[in-house]
Amino acid sequence: MACSSLVKLNASTSPWIGHQSFNQRSRSCRQAAPRRVAVVRAGAYSDELVKTAKTIASPGRGILAIDESNATCGKRLSSIGLDNTEVNRQAYRQLLLTTPGLGQYISGAILFEETLYQSTTDGKKFVDCLREENIVPGIKVDKGLVPLPGSNNESWCQGLDGLASRSAEYYKQGARFAKWRTVVSIPCGPSALAVKEAAWGLARYAGISQDNGLVPIVEPEILLDGDHPIERTLEVAERVWSEVFYYLAENNVMFEGILLKPSMVTPGAEHKERASPDTIAKYTLTMLNRRVPPAVPGIMFLSGGQSEMEATLNLNAMNQSPNPWHVSFSYARALQNSVLKTWQGRPENIEAAQKALLSRAKANSLAQLGRYSADGESDDAKKGMFVKGYTY
Amino acid sequence: MSCFTGKYTDELIANAAYIGTPGKGILAADESTGTIGKRFSSINVENVETNRRAFRELLFTTPGALKYLSGVILFEETLYQKTADGKPFVELLKENGVLPGIKVDKGVVELAGTDGETTTQGLDGLLLRCQKYYEAGARFAKWRAVLKIGPNEPSQLSINENANGLARYAIICQEAGLVPIVEPEILVDGAHDIAKCANVTERVLAACYKALNDHHVLLEGTLLKPNMVTPGSESPKVAPEVVAEYTVRALQRTMPAAVPAVVFLSGGQSEEEATINLNAINKLKTKKPWTLTFSFGRALQQSTLKAWAGKEENLQKAQAAFLTRCKANSEATLGTYQGAGSLSEGASESLHVKDYKY
Repeated sequence: MACSSLVKLNASTSPWIGHQSFNQRSRSCRQAAPRRVAVVRAGAYSDELVKTAKTIASPGRGILAIDESNATCGKRLSSIGLDNTEVNRQAYRQLLLTTPGLGQYISGAILFEETLYQSTTDGKKFVDCLREENIVPGIKVDKGLVPLPGSNNESWCQGLDGLASRSAEYYKQGARFAKWRTVVSIPCGPSALAVKEAAWGLARYAGISQDNGLVPIVEPEILLDGDHPIERTLEVAERVWSEVFYYLAENNVMFEGILLKPSMVTPGAEHKERASPDTIAKYTLTMLNRRVPPAVPGIMFLSGGQSEMEATLNLNAMNQSPNPWHVSFSYARALQNSVLKTWQGRPENIEAAQKALLSRAKANSLAQLGRYSADGESDDAKKGMFVKGYTY
Repeated sequence: MSCFTGKYTDELIANAAYIGTPGKGILAADESTGTIGKRFSSINVENVETNRRAFRELLFTTPGALKYLSGVILFEETLYQKTADGKPFVELLKENGVLPGIKVDKGVVELAGTDGETTTQGLDGLLLRCQKYYEAGARFAKWRAVLKIGPNEPSQLSINENANGLARYAIICQEAGLVPIVEPEILVDGAHDIAKCANVTERVLAACYKALNDHHVLLEGTLLKPNMVTPGSESPKVAPEVVAEYTVRALQRTMPAAVPAVVFLSGGQSEEEATINLNAINKLKTKKPWTLTFSFGRALQQSTLKAWAGKEENLQKAQAAFLTRCKANSEATLGTYQGAGSLSEGASESLHVKDYKY
C-alpha cells in the first residue's frame, strides 16, 4: 500500500506462487532479470478519496444512514401504518433529505440504490439536494447476507460480482462513498471461517470501491445478540479488526481513503448487567487503539439497536479527549426513530418530523464534540430498539 | 482473553511508556562479543573482557548522559558486570532512571530455499532465560529479525517466519515481565527507491502486528524498533523531510496507537544523519499518537569509540563525544535539534556495512 499516485512495484510479493524453488539459483530455469509487476494503487482517484474521507470525517458531523433495502424500509413504513410503495419510500426519504440545515450536523448520507436515482416531487435530484448542503452522497453496494455453508449457522455478505461496474455507475450518478455491511455473531462462535470470510469480503469490496472512486465504509457488525459480557465482545472485536486490517493491507487498500463503521464494544443484549457509557467508551477506545492504524481518518459507529439516547451518550463518552481518528456516528434507527413517529405519514407533520431529525442530528453532533448533555431528552429517545435476530 | 494479562501487566505498560518519555531514548550497547570485537579492532583495542567492561563503563558513567536515556540494551555479559569500583552496571543505571534491557535472540540463520534470507533463533528455553534476566534487573528485551529488499525479497516465507518469531518472543517476554522491543529490520542494502522501502516496510509491519495480535501480545506493553524509511544504500539520498514523511506515513498505516513508542534503529546511517532524520520525524506536523525516539548503537557510539581509542587518557574526550550525541538525539526527539556546530571526528561518517551481520 505505497503512496497513491506512484506506480507500486510489487516485486516483494513474488506473485508467482511456488516460483522460488531449490532450483532457483540455477540459471537455466530462471526467468529474465528482475520480475516486477506494476500495480497502480487507487490510481486516478486517490486524492479525491482522501479528500472525501476527510470531508465526511469533519468535526461535529456524522453520517445519516438511510440505505434500508425496500423490504426493510417497508418494515419502517408499516410501523406507522403506511404501505411499502415507491411513492411512500420516496416521500419518506424526501422528508429526510430536504431537511433545512441538515448539513450542519450531517456530512454524509448512505442511500439505497433506488434512492440514488430518485428526485423530490419538484423534480430535484436527491443527490443535488445533498450536495447543496455539503452532504456527501453514499451508496449501499452489498447484496445482503446469506447463510454461510460449513459454518455454525452464520452468514456471509454477497455483492462482489459486477461490483466494479456498479460502483463506476454509482460514481457517475454522484455517489462518492460506499457501504458494505457484513455481520459476525458471538452466540454462533464466531467461527474462524465466518470471521475470515467477513474480513476478506470487506477487503475485496474496499479495493474495488477505491478503484472506482468510492470511499469504502468498512462495516463488520458484531451483532448485539447474546448474553456475553463486555470482555468477550472486546476479544471478538479485536480478532475481527485484526483480520480486517490484515486483509485490507493484502488487498493494497489505501487507509487514508477509507472509513470504518464498527459496532461499539458493549455487553450482549441479554447480558444481566448493563454497561455505563464510560465503560463502553473505555472498552471501545481500547479496541480502537489496539487495532486501528492512525492513517484511517474516521470511525463512524453504528447504533445496532441501542436507543437514540444511549447511542448519543456512548458517542459522547468516547469524545472526552482527543483521538487519533475522528470518532463519530453513522446512525439509521438512532436518527430516524423519532422522525418516523412524528411524521406518521401525514404531510402536515413534515415540518415537525424534520425538526425531530435536526434535533437528533444536533445531539449527535454535540456528542461528536464531546459536549452532549442528556437533559431534556424525550422518553421516546430513551427507548431501546434492540430486535433479537435482527435482519435488514 | 483478548490479550495477555498476567502479574506483570501494569509494570509492562508503565515501563513501555517510560521508555517513550519525550526527550529520552535508548542506547543500544548490546553488541555480542564477536561484534564488539569488530568495533574494537577498528581502533586497535584487544577484544578482552576488561576492555569490554571498561568501554561500557565509560559510556554509563559519562556525567550528564544518563538523563537523556530511558533505557540501555545490554548483552548478557554486560548485565552481570560492574564498574571498577564494584557497582553493578544494572544498579548504576537504575539509580539514574535508566531501565536495563537485554538482547535475548541468538542470531540469524539462513532459510533454506531462499536467496540468503534469514530467520532469528532463540526461542528454546527463552522463558527461563527471561525470568533469570528479570531477576538480574532487566526490564525490557530485544530481538532482532532481519529482512532484505531484493528482486524477490522479502519473500512471504521470510515475512511470515520473522513475524511469527517476533510474536512468540514478545509474548514469552511479557510472561516474564520484560517489555519486548519488536525489531523487524529491513536492511538498507540495495538500489531501490524510497517508495519501494515504504511499500516493503508497510507490508512487513502489517504482518508483524497481525502476528502479535494472533499471539495475544499486549500492545501497550511493547515497543517497535523499525528502520526509518529511506532509499537503498546504492540510491541517491533524499532530504530528511522526505524520510520523515515516508517513515511516519508507514507507521500511521500499520502501527496501532496502543503501542506507546517507536525506538528507531539507525541501521548504518552516520551519527549526524540519524539525528537529523529523527529530528525531521519529530518536526513533521501530522497524526503521531506515539512517541518517536531512538534506539541507536553505532549512531551513538561511533565518535566516542574513535575518541577513546582504548586509552585511559582519552576518557574525558570520549565521554564528551558521547554526551554530545546523547544530547543531540534527545533534542531530536523533541524536534528541537539545531544541527551540530562542528562535528567530532566520526560523526558524519557513514556506518553502513553491506549485508550487515551482528
